Amino acid sequence: IFGPSIMVGASSSWSRALVQISPYTFAAIGIAIAIGVSVLGAAWGIYITGSSLIGASIKAPRITSKNLISVIFCEAVAIYGVIVAIILQTKLESVPASQIHAPESLRAGYAIFASGIIVGFANLVCGLCVGIIGSSCALSDAQNSSLFVKILVIEIFGSALGLFGVIVGIIMSAQATWPSKI
Amino acid sequence: MYGFEALTFNIHGGYLEAIVRGHRSGLLTAADYNNLCQCETLDDIKMHLSATEYGSYLQNEPSPLHTTTIVEKCTLKLVEDYKHMLCQATEPLATFLEYITYGHMIDNVVLIVTGTLHERDVQELLEKCHPLGMFDSIATLAVAQNMRELYRLVLVDTPLAPYFSECITSEDLDDMNIEIMRNTLYKAYLEDFYKFCQKLGGATAEIMSDLLSFEADRRAVNITINSIGTELTRDDRKKLYSSFGLLYPYGHEELAVCEDIDQVRGVMEKYPPYQSIFAKLSYGESQMLDKAFYEEEVKRLCLAFEQQFHYGVFFAYMRLREQEIRNLMWISECVAQNQKSRVHDSVVFIF
Repeated sequence: IFGPSIMVGASSSWSRALVQISPYTFAAIGIAIAIGVSVLGAAWGIYITGSSLIGASIKAPRITSKNLISVIFCEAVAIYGVIVAIILQTKLESVPASQIHAPESLRAGYAIFASGIIVGFANLVCGLCVGIIGSSCALSDAQNSSLFVKILVIEIFGSALGLFGVIVGIIMSAQATWPSKI
Repeated sequence: MYGFEALTFNIHGGYLEAIVRGHRSGLLTAADYNNLCQCETLDDIKMHLSATEYGSYLQNEPSPLHTTTIVEKCTLKLVEDYKHMLCQATEPLATFLEYITYGHMIDNVVLIVTGTLHERDVQELLEKCHPLGMFDSIATLAVAQNMRELYRLVLVDTPLAPYFSECITSEDLDDMNIEIMRNTLYKAYLEDFYKFCQKLGGATAEIMSDLLSFEADRRAVNITINSIGTELTRDDRKKLYSSFGLLYPYGHEELAVCEDIDQVRGVMEKYPPYQSIFAKLSYGESQMLDKAFYEEEVKRLCLAFEQQFHYGVFFAYMRLREQEIRNLMWISECVAQNQKSRVHDSVVFIF
């Protein structure tokens, strides 16, 4: 009886409607975004690097094996997304029907959703960043091979962005506890 | 939106941009030019060029070589590179690449019309045309008597058709009219190209507008200098200047009334980018002006490669290759005519 209907305002407000959405929905969408948007970022980055790498290696075939590192950094971004999605889905527990709109349940649902968004979008921009730098790296390496290692350092800093997202996402989801069965 | 091209440029243009940058690395360097300038005969030149990318094009030529053969084979390489890129390109890059060749088309049209006027053989003229500017019905140009026929018979089917609207008069073709026709066509072409690049937006618009403005200003100066002392009136001269560029519109007003080179110099020195060009020439000298303009152009073209994800690199590469072929032609001619002391007069180093 005393539940979320006391916390929110008038009976026909948006916040009341939002709170009535099942926390399972938010959690599931969070998991989907974690993997889906991460893979989008990784794929985007790989095609940006790959098209330049193919063209540049026609005149300078020596660059091909070294520059696959850029592609591997982009791929790592997708792997972060997979790992976090697997971790998040183990956090999705069932709660009894009476508890489904309890504050604890909502908190757990929102935490998993936020964790998914954090990881997904951090990996999206990280994949883009690493892809664009990888493209420039391939083109510069084809002209002057001493530039490769220097530009690789920039890529390493870029790929750290995805890692930040993963760390924060895992911390957020670690405290997503659903109410225990009474 | 400028700055976000990196996200989507590589979908259609990434491969070709990488290819054109690979071609750029094959341009001759200062060391190559120094070797070539030391050559005694054309066979030495062929030997030095065999180590560069031109090797496979020249190796089957029998000696004795002629300078025209060397230039022809090097141009063939440029044409093959261009055709390879053109067939791989999607829109709008394909249209952009075609725009680059319209200048050569205009030159070919004028060459054939002038040659016909002086009663030369059509086949001979066709051999002299630049291969990048060929189109199907080009041989029919020899039949036309005045500009209206020229347009109606041949040019209406070519990409040059929209540039003719200002040119169609019923006057017969003679030397003066043909030069005016060439400059009017080129003006319309430059303006059209400029508008096209502005429509593409982003880095392409910015870099191409700088390169095309320089081209427009250079043509304005050359038209002024070449028409000093001829019957071209001031208004006619002003109509030949393009309506964009650093000199537009106030520089054009002043250039239109110039009567000698020192007045031209006075006008140009008011514009800082051109001041440095004219500072290299001492008073009254205009032979070195061409070389000074070429050097400035090469500098700007090399700068176009500093940015990634735009189409300016294709334009810059084509122009740099053409400059290289001009250099090779000059060096070959100096060597063939035993004038090696003058070889550095006109060679513009690219790197």
